[in-house]
Amino acid sequence: MLKKDLGLLILLIVVAGIVAFLNPRFISPINLSNTANLVGLFGLISIGQGFVIITSGIDLSVGSMLALLGVIFIDLLTTYQMNWALAVIVIVLAGTGLGCIHGFLITKLKMQPFIVTLCGLLLYRGIARWYTDDATAGFAFGQSFPSLEWLTTGRVHGVPLTFVVFVLIAIVMGVVLHRSVFGRHLFAVGRNEEAARYSGIKSERVIAATYIILGALSGLSSIYFAMYTRSISPASHGTFYELYAIAAAVLGGCSLRGGEGSVFGIVLGTMLLQVLQNLVNLLGIPSSLNFAVMGAVILIGVLADQQLVKYRNQRAAARARGALATGDKAQAAE
Amino acid sequence: MEPFLELEGISKAYPGVQALSDVSLSVAPGEVIGLIGENGAGKSTLMKILGGVTEASAGAIRIDGESRKALKVEEATAAGIAFVHQELNLFDNLDAAANVFIGREPRTPFLKLIDRKRLNAAVQPLMDRLGLDFAPDTSVAELSIAQRQLLEIIKALSLDARVVIMDEPTSSLTMSETRRLLSVVDELKRNGVAIIFISHRLNEVQECADRVVVLRDGRISGRLDGGEITHERMIRLMIGRDLKSLYTPPAAPAGEAMLELAGFRTAAFPESAVDLALRRGEILGLAGLIGAGRTELARALFGIDRPLGGTIRLGGRNVSVKSPDEAIALGIYLIPEDRKQSGLILDDTITANISLANIRAFASSGLVSTALEEKNAAAQCRALRIKAPGVSTIVGSLSGGNQQKVVLGKWLSMKPRILIFDEPTRGIDVGSKNEIYALMRGLADNGVGVLMISSDMEEVVGVSDRMAVMHEGTIAGILTRDRFSEEAVMQLAVGHSGGDGSHTTH
Repeated sequence: MLKKDLGLLILLIVVAGIVAFLNPRFISPINLSNTANLVGLFGLISIGQGFVIITSGIDLSVGSMLALLGVIFIDLLTTYQMNWALAVIVIVLAGTGLGCIHGFLITKLKMQPFIVTLCGLLLYRGIARWYTDDATAGFAFGQSFPSLEWLTTGRVHGVPLTFVVFVLIAIVMGVVLHRSVFGRHLFAVGRNEEAARYSGIKSERVIAATYIILGALSGLSSIYFAMYTRSISPASHGTFYELYAIAAAVLGGCSLRGGEGSVFGIVLGTMLLQVLQNLVNLLGIPSSLNFAVMGAVILIGVLADQQLVKYRNQRAAARARGALATGDKAQAAE
Repeated sequence: MEPFLELEGISKAYPGVQALSDVSLSVAPGEVIGLIGENGAGKSTLMKILGGVTEASAGAIRIDGESRKALKVEEATAAGIAFVHQELNLFDNLDAAANVFIGREPRTPFLKLIDRKRLNAAVQPLMDRLGLDFAPDTSVAELSIAQRQLLEIIKALSLDARVVIMDEPTSSLTMSETRRLLSVVDELKRNGVAIIFISHRLNEVQECADRVVVLRDGRISGRLDGGEITHERMIRLMIGRDLKSLYTPPAAPAGEAMLELAGFRTAAFPESAVDLALRRGEILGLAGLIGAGRTELARALFGIDRPLGGTIRLGGRNVSVKSPDEAIALGIYLIPEDRKQSGLILDDTITANISLANIRAFASSGLVSTALEEKNAAAQCRALRIKAPGVSTIVGSLSGGNQQKVVLGKWLSMKPRILIFDEPTRGIDVGSKNEIYALMRGLADNGVGVLMISSDMEEVVGVSDRMAVMHEGTIAGILTRDRFSEEAVMQLAVGHSGGDGSHTTH
């Protein structure tokens, strides 16, 4: 585990401890279960976003994608009466397809990720609203999909399946990022794309792959969110979610410069963000301050991390100087 | 003349390193002091102390008789100490005049806007003095490296510099640009400006320096005056031993052609074509002026850029190279010119850099084995004698020579057939240089085709078995060892045909 991750883990435990101390309801099974559910929901897009950020890219379109894919998903199930399993596959593939388009525009047509995905943000939101005539999309009365509902909103011994799926995907992605050839290529491209290219790494493919992974995870996530909210108002569903994902990744140690980050860190970042949301509710802080609390914590967190690194480096330098000084004295004594 | 600047007993300790001990140096108006030493000998530290960037641990700096412990940057500038840096400090997006007066632009009386007229008027005479033939409002982005360097010198002059410190000023200059720079040095000297000329290129030091100060391991290992300045003496003082002649002949005569290029054209010179053959077991030097299309040739061969036309034959078979991974699959590897940008991931470990191009070899079913990787990296470190605390050392903290060995290590663990070195020893100390030459020879003797692009005359003449000289995108001539001379290379490089039979025919 990286030192950064350890620091974040300690911060998470301290914050959770304080909240639990101030309001014991925080550790009630139902609250923990609900928080875990939200961690699962937001975690998928955070991991995908983390991969993109490691290539020093960014994807702003995630929230709009959740809305667009969500309304299409509900439409497939209600209007077209499609088999839910098939609909899930269609939606994940659709997300993957959007990721492919982003990847293509960014790597082959050399457009900037910020611009490509900003346009995605506007486009997908607009299309979602047009597709539904700006009306809320929801399931028909009496419609139910027991298996799908169990898989998406079910709980096993109080543990939400969203969280279970998230943990499984996080483990897979952790192995991919930290142990696989692709992960090594990903870090190499993020740290120095040119050197990676000069070593025969197909950097464009690696970068495009991260947008495709994020697209697929967004597709999957859009189903979870749709089943969680049961109805989607296309103008507001998922707004700012891309920013939560970016915040979780950055809090989790990803640098926007690229080449840095860990899946475990991103998981912790997602958890911390959800605990903060929860804290606002539980401690009676006006919920309008929600964003402000999040902003302040991320700012302080990243700042503290930087200062800590600086302090560590200074101490290492001082130690080395000390060693040298004693060496000099020893020499003088000879 | 009386020295106006004196360093007395300067010492500097960094954590774990004594960078300088008891170094004394005096500078008088109008003298050119060559400052030489291997990388890590303390030249940069000494210059940083002079420039006020770092403070000496002990010793004094005396300017016009006034002694002080340390200088601030502004004090150094005020005292007339100016730098022309190895990495140029100019703003690409501004024009030449604006760069010279950056931070002290003349202002208009009204609104305090920049007064372009006065700005250009102030710069023009300085440009005339050094014979710069571009307008003051030329954008720096359009200037060549040599022109930028001269611009830096102008900046120094505009600050009334009394001593100009040039750090490796010729490392990226062509031969004719180098001549030009040396004549500017002469001109400055006549006007009473002192020069501290730091360079690895001993020919140039020998040519322009009045005296030479040699640093070794943070101490002055010797001083040479006038006629004493010879190659042998400088090298002996730098490394503390006599240098064997650079050239080691191959173990066996060169064999059949391994790599043949015919009608090979790159985007740099779409009209010119290259015909070239690299034989088994030889080191083929590729000389020429900077901008002759040598790096472009290497990049196209390695698949970074697409060639416009022509054929590549490898081992008698036609091959096509569309991307670096295809080149790598064929066993054609490139050690790029810009080590820090293209060759290495500086903030990654030695292990990660060495296995970068070949991670799949250390993986089973897609998962990388760190143990295998580290074993390989450790083996390369031993074989190449990379000086580092361990294989997890961050590459950026190594010296230039060791960094280059890491780049080499990356390819050597992958059985090269053709190895292209682009400026293999730029900015590398003499000791590491010789190790790299020895490695090249060893590779050639083991049947690897070695193509060495080099702008360092000493290197290309001293190491190659055969030499191809490029001029404007084509091979101007091929020289065999018996016809090697600086003169012959120059003739071909500038486009004069080198006389009988030097043109290549295939």
